[in-house]
Amino acid sequence: MRISVFLMSLCLMALSSCKNHNEILANIETDRLPVDSTIKQDTSITSFIKPYKEHLNATLDSVLAYNPKLLSKSNSDLNTAIGNLMADIVMDQTNPIFKSRTGQEIDFVLLNHGGIRSELPEGNVTARSAYNLMPFENEIVIAEISGKKVQEMLDYLSQAKTAHPVSGIKITANQEYKILDARVNGKKIDENKTYFVATSDYLQQGGDNMSFLQNPVNLYRSDYKLRNEIIDYFEKTDTIKAEIDNRYIRE
Amino acid sequence: MKRRYFLLRTAAASAFVGLGGISSLSFKPEYRKHLTILHTNDVHSHIEPFGPNDGRNANLGGVARRATLIEKIRRDNPNTLLLDAGDIFQGTPYFNFYGGELEFKLMSKLKYDAATIGNHDFDNGIDGLYAQLPHADFDFICSNYDFSNTIMNGKTKDYRIFMKDGLKIGVFGLGVELKGLVTDKHYKETKYLNPVEIATDMTNLLKNEQNCDLVICLSHLGYKYDSDKISDLKLAEATENIDLIIGGHTHTFLEEPTTVKNKSGKNVLVNQVGCYGVYLGRIDFYFDDSSNVKSEGNSLAIR
Repeated sequence: MRISVFLMSLCLMALSSCKNHNEILANIETDRLPVDSTIKQDTSITSFIKPYKEHLNATLDSVLAYNPKLLSKSNSDLNTAIGNLMADIVMDQTNPIFKSRTGQEIDFVLLNHGGIRSELPEGNVTARSAYNLMPFENEIVIAEISGKKVQEMLDYLSQAKTAHPVSGIKITANQEYKILDARVNGKKIDENKTYFVATSDYLQQGGDNMSFLQNPVNLYRSDYKLRNEIIDYFEKTDTIKAEIDNRYIRE
Repeated sequence: MKRRYFLLRTAAASAFVGLGGISSLSFKPEYRKHLTILHTNDVHSHIEPFGPNDGRNANLGGVARRATLIEKIRRDNPNTLLLDAGDIFQGTPYFNFYGGELEFKLMSKLKYDAATIGNHDFDNGIDGLYAQLPHADFDFICSNYDFSNTIMNGKTKDYRIFMKDGLKIGVFGLGVELKGLVTDKHYKETKYLNPVEIATDMTNLLKNEQNCDLVICLSHLGYKYDSDKISDLKLAEATENIDLIIGGHTHTFLEEPTTVKNKSGKNVLVNQVGCYGVYLGRIDFYFDDSSNVKSEGNSLAIR
């Protein structure tokens, strides 16, 4: 598409530009050029990119672990194998750092179902798998929230009726998704206590309407991206084991 | 498809006659000076073209193709400026792996003249941006971020004046408010200054004091919002002496620039070419001797 714009209101411009010379803007044409496959690639550019690309692909595609069966987020009710894997990874990778910095332990992990961006297919697992699962740059943060806010979280989950991934908390709902029981370390939620919840900075800042995570008693950064936690976990794991279990169920 | 463009009666028609009449085969007018502006925005580390299964972007984009396209246009008109409206970083593993080095090196090879800074250019922190600056052979123009208490102090320009074919082209840059978009530990003590106030100062300087023939705003404010947030459309209305706003941030695919009346009733062009380098924006400005072009009325017609 090419359009042309004719200027006839030249008085002002003529006044300003004529101080030095007599050039005035007479016509404008505009065009939007698609960068498509009809345009030949500049080979000096492709050969410049090549070593970067090869290193990137070699790193992304090097095998880190093995996954014996497809893990999908759409094959079960309130907990999924892939969601459980991701939440457990966050617990495993973040808790030692948090403990060394604060002397405290993470009580539980909460992520969001929408944040699982792909399946994990059967076969070799690579860093590219982690980029597919988590293309965003979100970091894990630990929000210290009151037992009251945990109760708000349970109300939220009752409404959401969604397999938001959790770890370290056991939640039982009835068939209408109303939560009947929730336990951390085997104990019921105590409204007078505070809880350390590991989550992504996106959710902590109110993403997916998880407002109970906003304005926490304390907020701790892990300086650890979720994707890097996944990659580091894959690196130290030979065969991935992830199952649907009873951590968040309806009965 | 290229649309044929017709001369309206009056002004430009007399320029035609003045330059020796109309060719019977071509409607293309001959003006004395011709400046080409090429622009991208929100390329987001898209170095390689999209694959065949990439939805609406399938088989589009790629820096190596963009290089060919730009080179051809430069051969036709050496008086060309190549500009980017920010968010160069983040979007493919190239950024995660190399921190923006390859993006800046390729933009230098493509001979970008200037870029402004987008919110995602802070994604590795202000230190991450600073660390990549040695790889950029072009200027970062940003007028409304006060970097004086940061490592970026003195590394950007408030404005630049480019000389092309004897024409003075003033370029200034506007960044989006970082609070809420970028985590504060990343932008540190960068201060965001009011875009309308800064644009007023900049255009006054470039148009009235420096007598630029053309004033371009490189903006990462975003095309428009439902809220009161400042946008390119609002900026165009609230200022004067901007001729062209090259925008970004909202990934808006405009088929053609939007024309907005500014504070003094003059027209401003606002353009944005989506994202990921799938399109290259092109705007050609033709200048002529004032004695060849008569001004008439106070309108601007688009064909």
